[in-house]
Amino acid sequence: MKKLALLILAFGTLFNVSAQEEKEPGVVSGNVSILWQSYQEDSLIGAVVPPSKTGMNAFSNLIYTQGNFSAGLRYESYLNSVLGFPGRFKGTGIGYRFARWADPEKGIDVTVGNFYEQFGNGVILRSYEERNLGLDNALDGIRVILNPIAGVQVKAVYGRQRLDFEDGLINGEGIIRCLNTELSINDLVPSLAEKKLKINPDASFVSKFQPGGNIIKEGLVLELPQNVGAWDIGTKLQYKRWQGGISYAKKINDPNADNGYIYKEGESLSYFLSGNVKRLNFLFQRSTTDNMSFRSDRDLLLFDAPINNIPAITVPHTYNLAATLYPYATVINGESSFRGELYYSLKRGSKLGGKYGTKMGLVFATAYSLDTTNLSGVDGIVDGYTRNSWGFGDSLNVQDLSFTIERKLSKTFKAKAMYMNLRFNTLATPVTTDYKGIVDANIFVLETQIKTKNKQSLRTEFQALVTGEDDGVKQDKGDWATVVAEYTWSPHWFVSVIDQYNYGNPDESKRVHYLYGAAGYINGPHRLSVGYGKRREGIFCVGGVCRAVPASNGFEVTLTSSF
Amino acid sequence: MKHLHLTLIALFAVAATAQAQKLPSVSLKDLDGNTVNIAELAADGTPTIVCFWATWCSPCKRELNNYMDYYADWQDETGAKLIAVSIDDTRSQSRVAPYVMSSGWEYTVLLDPNKDLSRAMNVINVPHTFLINGEGEIVWSHNNYAEGDEEELEEELHKLVE
Repeated sequence: MKKLALLILAFGTLFNVSAQEEKEPGVVSGNVSILWQSYQEDSLIGAVVPPSKTGMNAFSNLIYTQGNFSAGLRYESYLNSVLGFPGRFKGTGIGYRFARWADPEKGIDVTVGNFYEQFGNGVILRSYEERNLGLDNALDGIRVILNPIAGVQVKAVYGRQRLDFEDGLINGEGIIRCLNTELSINDLVPSLAEKKLKINPDASFVSKFQPGGNIIKEGLVLELPQNVGAWDIGTKLQYKRWQGGISYAKKINDPNADNGYIYKEGESLSYFLSGNVKRLNFLFQRSTTDNMSFRSDRDLLLFDAPINNIPAITVPHTYNLAATLYPYATVINGESSFRGELYYSLKRGSKLGGKYGTKMGLVFATAYSLDTTNLSGVDGIVDGYTRNSWGFGDSLNVQDLSFTIERKLSKTFKAKAMYMNLRFNTLATPVTTDYKGIVDANIFVLETQIKTKNKQSLRTEFQALVTGEDDGVKQDKGDWATVVAEYTWSPHWFVSVIDQYNYGNPDESKRVHYLYGAAGYINGPHRLSVGYGKRREGIFCVGGVCRAVPASNGFEVTLTSSF
Repeated sequence: MKHLHLTLIALFAVAATAQAQKLPSVSLKDLDGNTVNIAELAADGTPTIVCFWATWCSPCKRELNNYMDYYADWQDETGAKLIAVSIDDTRSQSRVAPYVMSSGWEYTVLLDPNKDLSRAMNVINVPHTFLINGEGEIVWSHNNYAEGDEEELEEELHKLVE
C-alpha cells in the first residue's frame, strides 16, 4: 500500500509538471455508496436478527485523472455485511487499485493493478463486478492493449483473480494468461472502408495455471492438469441495422468440482441474427454450451473465482413477480437454448396505433438439457459422457413466453400490460426448496402512470402470479399478488410502497403480506432513501445476476453519491 | 490504516489543482459496429447529454422515451445531441438494437458491456444522466428519473447556450 501511495505521488507529480507545460490540470472524481440495514425478529416470515443487529455495506471509488494518466482505488467496508451478502465480504480496506496510462493517438493502453476485462461474449473470459450482489472477480496484474494499425486491436492480460475480501483484497491462487485480437476488416481493407457491410472477427486464448496433483476416482489414480487452455473464435457481421454473429469456443480437459472431475473437453457454439422489416424488429439467438465451467480454482463452486460467464438465455424481467420468484440461471455444466424476440410498433396517429402510437413485444426463451449419452466403465469415470449433437436434450430447464403492450393514451396517462407464461424446472435451477419439478405459472401485470400535476406523477403496478396445481394442490408457494405505488415530485422527492401478498400459499399460515415502504430525496447525483418493512426471502437480481436473500424485517437506509 | 492515509493524501496532493471533470476518453461500439471515442464525439462545441441506461431498467426507458418528445426542440434551440449509453452485458446486449429501433429513438446509442465508461464516470446505478458543455466538461448530472426531470435538464441546457 505504501508503494501504491508513492507510485501515485510519483506519477502525479511527474504528470503535474508536464501538465503545467500543457496547462492540463489533474482531476479527482469518485463516488460513495452506503447501504445500512437494521433487523427485527419476525417469526411469521422467518426473519432472524444477526448477532451484530445491523449490517452495513459501503464503498467509495476515487479516480485521479490527468491527461492520459489515471489512477484510482476503491475503499470497501462490510461491518458486517448486510444479510444475504456472500461470506466473501468481511471487514474494511482497499479492494481495488490501479494505475493506467492510455494514449489513443499512439495506440497504447497499459493498466497495472486491478481491472475488469471481457473477451467477445465472455464465454472464455469475463471479469466484472456487480456490487449490489457481492460479485467481483476483478483481475489483478497487468493489461496491455495495442492498436498497432487501424482495424487491429490486441489485448494481453496476465493476472490473478479476486476471490475474497477480508480487510483488503485477497486473490485466488490460480494465474490467468490471456490474449485477444479483434479485427475490423473494413478498416484493414481500404476498398471496403465505405461499404455498408461491416465484418468484425475476433479470436481469444485464455490459459489458467493452478498447481496440480493426483485425484483418486473409484480406484483410478488420475493426474490433474496444471495448465488448462481455452480458445474461442467468432465474427460479427453488420449490414445497416441487420446484424448477425457466430462464435465457437473450446476448452481442454479441466476436471473440476462443477463437472465432477471428469476429463471431457468443453465446447460452446452460439449464433444470432437481428434486424428489422419496416416496423417489425426481431432477434433470434441459439446457443449450446457443454462443460464450459472455467474457474481459476478447480475446487470452487457458485460465485467463486469464475474466469468466464455464460449468460442466461431468458431476458432479465423488470416486474417484481416476473423477476424475483423464478429467475433462471444457466445450468453451468451444459444446456441447449433458444431465444426469439419480436417487436412491432403501431404508427402514431393511425387508427390502431392511437394518437401517440403503440408498442408491442413478444419474447420466447427456452433451455433444455444437452443431448448426451453417459459412458460406462473406465470411460465413464474419466470422461463422464459424450454429446451426440448440438441439439436439445429431453429435460426442460425453462420456457418463458411473454407479451407486452404499451400505449400512451393521453398527454397525462400511460399504460402497459404484460402477460407471461413460465415453465420453470426447479431441479435445473434450484431457486426454491419447497418444490421439486416443473412449476407452471401465469403472470399478469398492469402498469399505469398518471401525471397528476406539473412535475408530479403517480405510477402503479398490479401484478398477479398464478401457479399450476398437482392433484388439486398449488405448486410451490402458490399464488401471489403484488401492488406497487410510487409518487414522485420531480426533481427531488419520491415515496413508494410495495405489498407482496402470498394469498394462495397451500400452507395457510404462510399467507403473508410483505409490506415495504420507502421515501427518498434526490439532488443531482446524490440520492438518499429510507425504507421500512418486510423483505421476502427470495432471489435478488440485478442485470441478470442473482443471489438468494433471506427474509428480513426492519429499516434500510441507502445513500449514493458521485462527484 | 496509516498506509491508506498516505495513499489518500497522495491522491489529493496531486489533485490540488483539480478542475472541472471532463468526459473521459473511452472508445465504445455504436449500433452500426463503428468504434467511437465518446470524448471526441462530444467535443464539437455544442452541448451533449449522456444518459446511462439498460434494456432491463424501466425508469431508464421512461426517461429516454420521454426525452424523444423534447429532443427535436433541444436540437433546434441549443444544438444539443444525446448519447444513450447502454450498460447491457452479453446477456441482453443483443436486445439493444431491436429495442432502440422499435422505440424510434434518434439518439446515438453506444454499448458499454464491460462498464468501462460507466466506471470512469463513477456511475453507481442507472439511470444516470450527465450534461456536457461544448468543451467536453461535465456541468450537471442527475441520478434516477422521475416524470418532469426533463424540465431541469432543459433549464440547464439553456443556461449553456445563453
